[in-house]
Amino acid sequence: MPGYSDPGFDTLALHAGAQPDPVTGARAVPIHLTTSFVFESSDQAASLFNMERPGHVYSRISNPTNAVLEQRVAALEGGVGAIATASGQAALHLAVCTLMGAGGHIVASTALYGGSQNLLAYTLRRFGIETSFVKPGDLAGWRAAVRPNTRLFFGETVGNPGLEVLDIPAVSRIAHEAGVPLLVDSTLTSPWLIKPFEHGADLVYHSATKFLSGHGTVIGGVLVDGGSFDWEASGRFPELTQPYDGFHGMVFSEESTVGAFLLRARREGLRDFGACMSPHTAWLILQGIETLPLRMERHMRNTEKVVQFLAAHPFVARVGHPLLDSHPSHALAQKLLPRGAGSVFSFDIKGSRAQGKAFIEALKLFSHLANVGDCRSLVIHPASTTHHRLSDEALAAAGIGQGTIRLSIGLEDADDLIDDLKRALKAAEKAAEKAGA
Amino acid sequence: MQVQVNGAQTYCYTGGKPLDPGQPTVVFIHGVLNDHSVWALQSRYLAHHGWNVLAVDLPGHSRSQGDAPESVEQATDFIIALLDAVGITRAALVGHSWGSLIALEAAARLGARASHLALVGTAHPMKVAPALIESALNEPEKALRMVNVFSRSTLAPPLAAGQWVYGAGMALGRRVLRSNPQVNVFHRGFVACDSYANGEQAIAAIECPVLFALGTLDQMTPPKAAQGLIQAARAAGKTVQVAQLPVGHHQMSEAPDAMLQAISGFLAAT
Repeated sequence: MPGYSDPGFDTLALHAGAQPDPVTGARAVPIHLTTSFVFESSDQAASLFNMERPGHVYSRISNPTNAVLEQRVAALEGGVGAIATASGQAALHLAVCTLMGAGGHIVASTALYGGSQNLLAYTLRRFGIETSFVKPGDLAGWRAAVRPNTRLFFGETVGNPGLEVLDIPAVSRIAHEAGVPLLVDSTLTSPWLIKPFEHGADLVYHSATKFLSGHGTVIGGVLVDGGSFDWEASGRFPELTQPYDGFHGMVFSEESTVGAFLLRARREGLRDFGACMSPHTAWLILQGIETLPLRMERHMRNTEKVVQFLAAHPFVARVGHPLLDSHPSHALAQKLLPRGAGSVFSFDIKGSRAQGKAFIEALKLFSHLANVGDCRSLVIHPASTTHHRLSDEALAAAGIGQGTIRLSIGLEDADDLIDDLKRALKAAEKAAEKAGA
Repeated sequence: MQVQVNGAQTYCYTGGKPLDPGQPTVVFIHGVLNDHSVWALQSRYLAHHGWNVLAVDLPGHSRSQGDAPESVEQATDFIIALLDAVGITRAALVGHSWGSLIALEAAARLGARASHLALVGTAHPMKVAPALIESALNEPEKALRMVNVFSRSTLAPPLAAGQWVYGAGMALGRRVLRSNPQVNVFHRGFVACDSYANGEQAIAAIECPVLFALGTLDQMTPPKAAQGLIQAARAAGKTVQVAQLPVGHHQMSEAPDAMLQAISGFLAAT
């Protein structure tokens, strides 16, 4: 029975990690905009530096406002803890670089956000970390891609923008058989739609810029550890199970049985790479999370109406949302995402690239920009923007065509959104008539 | 460090420092379905402030091999064997929950070899609801959730680095349960707590000062359940300290600094 000691999701979204400020009585989470924290004594200072006592030293490593956000997201995901980062990309980089160095290998889904695909395919390769890409539903492919130096499996809960649902239970089983963890980007679903740890994932991260915030005002990321992966039993992670020269020979897996990953990520990754979050950003993301359950419910309700409208429109060739029987992930989405598979999806119009452009430019409510998960509805043409660095083959592998349009459905009145889309589709049709005249 | 005890490989966390024969020793004993890591924010400090630390994984738990103890008395045999194996002639004993009963029994048996006794989240008798014992055996995930719900007193534990105490408790419980494929150490530990009856005799037999560190919001071992032991200790003329912490049963992680101050102050003053 839920109650104070066993709160539900909505209660945790408001209260986890926070209490009235013991000094001022402030009910809202204070913003601790300070670089550093005064030591009580020389002994306390030394103890804090040596991880003998809890406390804050320097806001690149930890900060009280960030700590509230970290606890809150960990609570919502069902993890042991979290680290707030400068962006979602910083969270992905922190996860990868905590687990491997040059010579490491990742097996990743082909259906990734363009920035993540770029990081893995090009940037990390420059630092000696290679990635093999596998279609998310190709379970034999995941298994076959494992190498002796594989350190990580990585995918998105729902692929961007095709919404291929990652079969987390099946992929995590293959990962665990190989002795490696599964990292999941849950940005497009948020913990309100799915908690990947409950299905076998070991690490989760978010671009908190998106649904966790909802207001579209800040860039941030959060990396969460489920505490489930046994680094010692795997034998593949000396970074966590052998003495670390960079911290007095500390063996992170001995310091914390279930928190070793986060310890190293914070004590090495945040300390040395420095991609930390501003406390002001953390505070703004917390404002968003307070209404996450309410917003996600409305996102899903609006999405269902828009998907139904588009699917029935004669000028629409395809709608890529698992709500529809025609989507390849429909059955898996029903199983893993019963509340919905997100409000970011793509569709193709029956027309040329120029008509696609006319469609986007005719929209009034939908904003044409490079973001998703905002409370306002958004639109973009992936092939020329978010995924523009991908080759035609990589685009096709990610389920993106030249005429594909991606929508992020916001919280406006659904009838107004449908009216906007209806008018823009008409404009696109007329653009063809003009071109033919 | 790894040490052979009764022929089984045993793990002890030493707080990042090697043992120094010239220093006093403190032994930390965890509770049911826990391991040494629950003492992280107390043991590491003491290891860097003049103490040898042995934060042990009990047999059959986490990194330690051997048969998981079926009773407080069996676990006590192990603690005494551990001290002998490491060559520790005298030690302070600190235990949490089930571990507090083990520390109590060990202190009674060790006599002058026990320099201090700290009982954290203790109760005597430490009766466990039959439904919880049954769940621990047949529905351990459900029982683990119940234990962590009952142990929690706050949704905002004051840890610096974004650790979520409830989630950590759940994950650690699952890990320790998985660490022993032969025995359900959750069920066995609860049965051992429930059946221990020698507490009042043991507290009368100790030869060292005793600290009771109790969570005023503790629903697993509420402070009133420790009063019998406290009164027995006082009646027997022992040196008794009682520290009240405004937290639940996760004393070490919900109030890490207060817990450390209680233990380190006790060790320094007595």
